[in-house]
Amino acid sequence: MFDIRHLTHAYETEDGGTFKALDNVSCRIRKGEFTAIIGTNGSGKSTLARHLNALMLPTDGDILVEGMSVNDPENVWPIRQKVGMVFQNPDNQIVAAVVEEEVAFGPENLGVPREEIVERVAESLEKVGMSQYRHHSPAMLSGGQKQRIAIAGVLAMKPDCIILDEPTAMLDPVGRREVMDTVHELNRTEGISVVLITHFMEEAVTADRVLVIHKGHLVMDGTPREVFSQPEKLLAIGLDVPVPADLAHLLHRKGLAVREDCMTDEELGDALWPFVSKI
Amino acid sequence: MLTDITLGQYYPGNSFLHQMDPRAKILCTMIFIVAIFLAQSLWAYLLVTAFILGSIAVSGVPVKMVAKAVKPLWIILVFTMLIHVLTTPGTPLVSFGWFSITEEGVRNGVLMTLRLVYLIAFSSLLTYTTSPIVLTDGIEALLTPWKRIGVPAHELAMMMTIALRFIPTLLEETDRIMKAQSSRGADFTTGNLWQRAKSMVPLLVPLFISAFRRADDLATAMEARCYRGGEGRTKMHQLVYTWRDGAAFGAVIAVTAVLAALRFLPL
Amino acid sequence: MAIRVENITYVYGGGTPYEKTALDGVDLTIEKGEFVGIIGHTGSGKSTLIQHLNGLIHPTKGRVLVDGVDLSGKSKEAAAKRHTVGMVFQYPEQQLFEETVAADIAFGPKNLGCDEATVEARVKEAMAFVGLDYDTYAGRSPFRLSGGQMRRVAIAGVIAMKPDFLILDEPSAGLDPVGRREIFSQIKAWYEEGAFSVILVSHNMDDIAKLATRLLVMSHGRCVLDGRPMDIFLHHREELEAAGVDVPPLTKTLLALKERGIPVPEEAVTTEEAADALYKTLGGKQKNKGKGGRAC
Repeated sequence: MFDIRHLTHAYETEDGGTFKALDNVSCRIRKGEFTAIIGTNGSGKSTLARHLNALMLPTDGDILVEGMSVNDPENVWPIRQKVGMVFQNPDNQIVAAVVEEEVAFGPENLGVPREEIVERVAESLEKVGMSQYRHHSPAMLSGGQKQRIAIAGVLAMKPDCIILDEPTAMLDPVGRREVMDTVHELNRTEGISVVLITHFMEEAVTADRVLVIHKGHLVMDGTPREVFSQPEKLLAIGLDVPVPADLAHLLHRKGLAVREDCMTDEELGDALWPFVSKI
Repeated sequence: MLTDITLGQYYPGNSFLHQMDPRAKILCTMIFIVAIFLAQSLWAYLLVTAFILGSIAVSGVPVKMVAKAVKPLWIILVFTMLIHVLTTPGTPLVSFGWFSITEEGVRNGVLMTLRLVYLIAFSSLLTYTTSPIVLTDGIEALLTPWKRIGVPAHELAMMMTIALRFIPTLLEETDRIMKAQSSRGADFTTGNLWQRAKSMVPLLVPLFISAFRRADDLATAMEARCYRGGEGRTKMHQLVYTWRDGAAFGAVIAVTAVLAALRFLPL
Repeated sequence: MAIRVENITYVYGGGTPYEKTALDGVDLTIEKGEFVGIIGHTGSGKSTLIQHLNGLIHPTKGRVLVDGVDLSGKSKEAAAKRHTVGMVFQYPEQQLFEETVAADIAFGPKNLGCDEATVEARVKEAMAFVGLDYDTYAGRSPFRLSGGQMRRVAIAGVIAMKPDFLILDEPSAGLDPVGRREIFSQIKAWYEEGAFSVILVSHNMDDIAKLATRLLVMSHGRCVLDGRPMDIFLHHREELEAAGVDVPPLTKTLLALKERGIPVPEEAVTTEEAADALYKTLGGKQKNKGKGGRAC
């Protein structure tokens, strides 16, 4: 899906120096993969996300999206059709005052014929479970529902990949769950690649792969198990670790011979059980 | 609470007028407004009154709501009345030194005020029976033919859509910032004009900053969804004229024709 | 010193089709010195409740008294009492408007009618309180600061009013884990210094468990649970679920382990604490097996 090659993005700072928001990042993201990108505020993770659909362009290096270089201006619009994006603030990305018009906005921009737009809108709303709100005003919906509408708006463009830039940061736990369930469902049943930028570790654990960005560098890359079994490294750069992994790690450090890569309560229970039976 | 304000004047319903095409409604309203100004004789006024009352009945909007639409403009109505009563020359009824109230003045005043009341009442039916979104669609469709001479039809409609979309959001935001500043002892309600204007600064600065940030975010979000202006865009909703619109046009044009006849033909 | 909420009901948009009862007979007293956590899903009435506590809105029925003074009154005394309850809204950095950090923080004390010297002293104090160096930041534009710093400036703006009660609505929303940890350790420090009583609204159960001495659970405009946080988290899970709120992640894990028969310190609020206790019950025994055998 994405082939990121030596991606660098440098800004001019106010005092005339240069600041590299991203510094020589290289990696590949496969089609159908659910990738989580984590990092603290200002780590460069959002900058990376915005390069993936050519909202920002590299100052050095390149990204190939399905073989198309983001540096070629010809490719900008096809890339944005293939790679949809959902933003953090649900209120600031909704354009229309009626749900169905909002979902139709993308395909209208692409010049999709009318009959097909109607079909796509119905289908997309169905997929995010918002069909009954078709004629509602987005202003009356909850945060989680607004984000699902935003996802439907992207789906109606028939993308191969959806990038979500901290989609749950402004939501309550119920809304957070709604959005995460929807995204997982789309990844599973539609095979849509997902790139999720987040600072909620419990969301990152559910991904196939976790990338950790710190000060513009890609510092860790692996399965959630590989990444979260190194809590010291994560804590050092200011990130959290899910509770089971944290507990396992602390017990391990104290000298209890438990496996350190527990991701779920069940795994932690399994790991502790032998010790319990010895009491 | 600011958020209690309902947006626009839309009165939900499913009447004949609600189901009309917005373009037809806008055009009919424009034609009838011209017709109102054709009315001069008593018969003409009766016809106009009947047509307006009939339209209100068909729309299912309570007369009380229509009256509510007229009410805020009472100052203009009184002003119109006074101007006509006091400035029209003719047979004096009463005189006060250098000016007098004339018979023609009273007549003109009443008729002129009545015209304005009718005008407001009839146009209020347009906004009561058409949701702002549909109205925007109608305006865009009507302006599209003028694109060639440089009327930015799509851009205007997009601006209206976005404004409609963001009004509730910004009202909510205003309410929140007002409360936040009140918690810090700000007082928006007392003091003289200058003090009050000054007290708006802590409200307006954050509001503008937020509005600009939202605009910036929205522009990025629109770009991410391949928005490139009106060129090459399709639309999900296509407006179609139905028999209702034909009937409405028929009725309005007939009334206008009768009014024109009453005015210009020696009957 | 106490906030007394006397059986209040609040109805939005009375008489319109949008009428909604946001609060329905809430009755409680918040004493000086308490650290009260308020949880509940969106629309449960918790935001409406806290806005009553400093008189931003007045109840449709019932009264809110601070030290015996009714906040809905028009008197000078009522106004003064309203200002003893400070309120930090969600995303408070969005209320900043002045050209400099110091001027923004001074807005509150100036409105209270403090003289210039007092205002300056309070600004300095408040900045020290939130951990912003006066000499470095006082003259800077608040809009040039990082998100976390802007939030501190906004909080300082409320603290400079010297409230007896400080209400914080989701103070960590939108911050990353470091920012979250910082802000909560600071709130904890203020509370322990005894600067003011704290009323904290948060979705972050973890922080509520670590900090609050008392927990209120709101649902459908009512206060459905009121008690010690751990008692509520451990013994009222059904009610919590019905109210649409979670238990802290650590508690969730510990309860899952407990269900499998593993002896856990279920009241632990930090992973360190939990790991220590677990180690003592599990690891300690294993390592000292020999010794234990001898004792038998």
